[in-house]
Amino acid sequence: MISYDIVVIGGGPAGLAAAVEAGKCGGVSVLVIERDRELGGILQQCIHNGFGLHIFKEELTGPEYAERFIKELNELNIEYKLNTMVIDITSDKVITAVNPKDGLIKIKAKAVVLAMGCRERTRGALNIPGMRPAGIFTAGTSQRFVNMEGYMVGKNIVILGSGDVGLIMARRLTLEGAKVQLVAEVLPYPGGLTRNIVQCLEDYDIPLLLSHTVVEICGKERVEGVVIAKVDENRKPVLGTEKYYPCDTLLLSVGLIPENELSQKAGIMLDPVTGGAVVNESMETSIEGIFACGNVLHVHDLVDYVTEESKNAGRNAVKYVKSEISRGGPKMIAKAKKGVRYIVPQVIRLDNIDKAAVLSMRVDNIYKDSKLVVKIGDKTIKEIKKRYLRPGEMERITINKGALSEASDSVISVEVSEVV
Amino acid sequence: MDKKEMTCIVCPMGCCLEIETDGSHYKITGNRCKRGEEYAVRELISPMRVLTSTVRLKNSYIRKLPVRTNGAIPKSLMFDCIDVLKTIELEPPVKIGDVIVKNILNTGVNVISSRSI
Repeated sequence: MISYDIVVIGGGPAGLAAAVEAGKCGGVSVLVIERDRELGGILQQCIHNGFGLHIFKEELTGPEYAERFIKELNELNIEYKLNTMVIDITSDKVITAVNPKDGLIKIKAKAVVLAMGCRERTRGALNIPGMRPAGIFTAGTSQRFVNMEGYMVGKNIVILGSGDVGLIMARRLTLEGAKVQLVAEVLPYPGGLTRNIVQCLEDYDIPLLLSHTVVEICGKERVEGVVIAKVDENRKPVLGTEKYYPCDTLLLSVGLIPENELSQKAGIMLDPVTGGAVVNESMETSIEGIFACGNVLHVHDLVDYVTEESKNAGRNAVKYVKSEISRGGPKMIAKAKKGVRYIVPQVIRLDNIDKAAVLSMRVDNIYKDSKLVVKIGDKTIKEIKKRYLRPGEMERITINKGALSEASDSVISVEVSEVV
Repeated sequence: MDKKEMTCIVCPMGCCLEIETDGSHYKITGNRCKRGEEYAVRELISPMRVLTSTVRLKNSYIRKLPVRTNGAIPKSLMFDCIDVLKTIELEPPVKIGDVIVKNILNTGVNVISSRSI
C-alpha cells in the first residue's frame, strides 16, 4: 500500500488551495486525486470573469483562477493523479481509488482533505411531470458542452431556476446565438448573485419570472415546449395560470448538493441543513484527521471564499500530521437562530484559534435594513448592519479570539434582527 | 434632480447604488468603494463590459479555448465581437495571456487566452 501524509480528494478550487497550502507549510508529502482529465475542476468550464477579486484583487476567469493554483502546485512539486476515481474512504484513512493506469489502488493517509465539490440537482429531484425527451440539461452540463466540448445545447431555451450557473448560461447561450426566452424561479426572490441578474439577464432583456415553475414538459423525441405556471406562497401551482412556451431545450439551475457519498462511507457526521460534514474551527470533520472544505462542505457563491476555507483545511491537515492540533480546552457550539439557516463551522475549540474565527452562514429569506446579531449565551458581542441580506449570498462574520475567550457561555449564535 | 437606482456589478458585493443627477453632476450613494462611483457614472453615459467567450481549437482534448477581452468594451459591440471570434480556429500550444485578436473592432482592447493548453 502506498502512503502519504496528506491525501486531498478532488483537484478543483478547494483541493488545489488545500494542497498548495499544505505544500507551503512544508515537511509533509501530499497527493491530490482528481477524477477528471485535468486539474481545476468546475473552474475550467466557468469561462466568465469575476473570480479572484478578494484573493488576487483582480477579475479573473475560472480557467485563469485555476491556472494560478495549478502553477503553484507544480512549483511545489505536489503529486497528483488524474483520471482517478476514489471509490472508498475508511475511518482509519485508507483510500481505495481506481484509474486505467494503476488499476485498483489503496492509499494510506495520515490526514485526508475532502474536496469533492457538489453535484447539480436534476429533473428527477424535482419530479416535473411530462414526457422524457432529449433537450433537458442541468445548467452546468450545458456549460461544459458549450464552453469545453464545443456543442451547442439548443436554439430556443427556457431556464428553470435562477441559480448562478443558470444565469451565466442565459448570457452565454444568448451570445452564442440561441434565444433564451425566460428564466422561471419558483421562489419569490432570485437564487443567484445580484450581479448575475444584472449582467446576464437585464443586459440581454431576458425576463425573470419569480414565483413561477415548470409544471409540464412536452415533446416525445425532443423537447417541444414547457408549461409554466405561477405558484402560491406554498410553492403550489395556481390553477388557470398555466402558459405554454414552445422551446427545444430546458435548462435546470435548481440547486447544488454537496457530493458526500464518500464522507458517509467513512462514517462522517453530516449537517442536515448544509448537506456537508459537521466541522470544527480547523475544518476537521467528526473523524479526527479527516478535513473538509469548499462546496463539499457547504455550497459557496464565491470561489475566493472556497480558497480561503480550503487553505485553512490544508494548514490544519499539516498541523494534524505534526500533532499540533489541540484536543482539549474550551469548546463552543455555533447555533443558527432566527433568520439564519446554518453556520459553518459548527464547533469552535478556542485553543486552535489563532487570532479570529470566521463564521460562514446563509439567511433564510430576503431582509432589508436589518442586522446580524452575534451572541454568546444571551450577551450580544457583535452587530453587523446590512442593507440587504439574501439567501443567495453567503455572509461571513469574523469574531476576534478575545471576544471568544472572555465568553461565559458555550453557545455562540447568530440571528437576523430588524434595525429600529 | 433625477434619481436612478442600479445594482453595482464591479464586484460580487452587488451594492445598491442611488444616483442623483442634475445633468452635469452626479451624486452617488450606497457604494462601498470608489469603483462603485465610477461604475455608476459610466453606466449612465456608456455601458462597458468585459466579454468572455471561446474560440475553436483543433487537435486538442478540449475543443474550445476560453478567451476574454483584456479590458471592457462597449456593451453594444458584444455580438459583433462574437462574430469575429467565430472565425478563429487555433491549435495548441497556447499560453495564458496570449493575444488572440489584437485591437478587436478598433476598441483598443485585445482578446487574450484565458488558459494554457
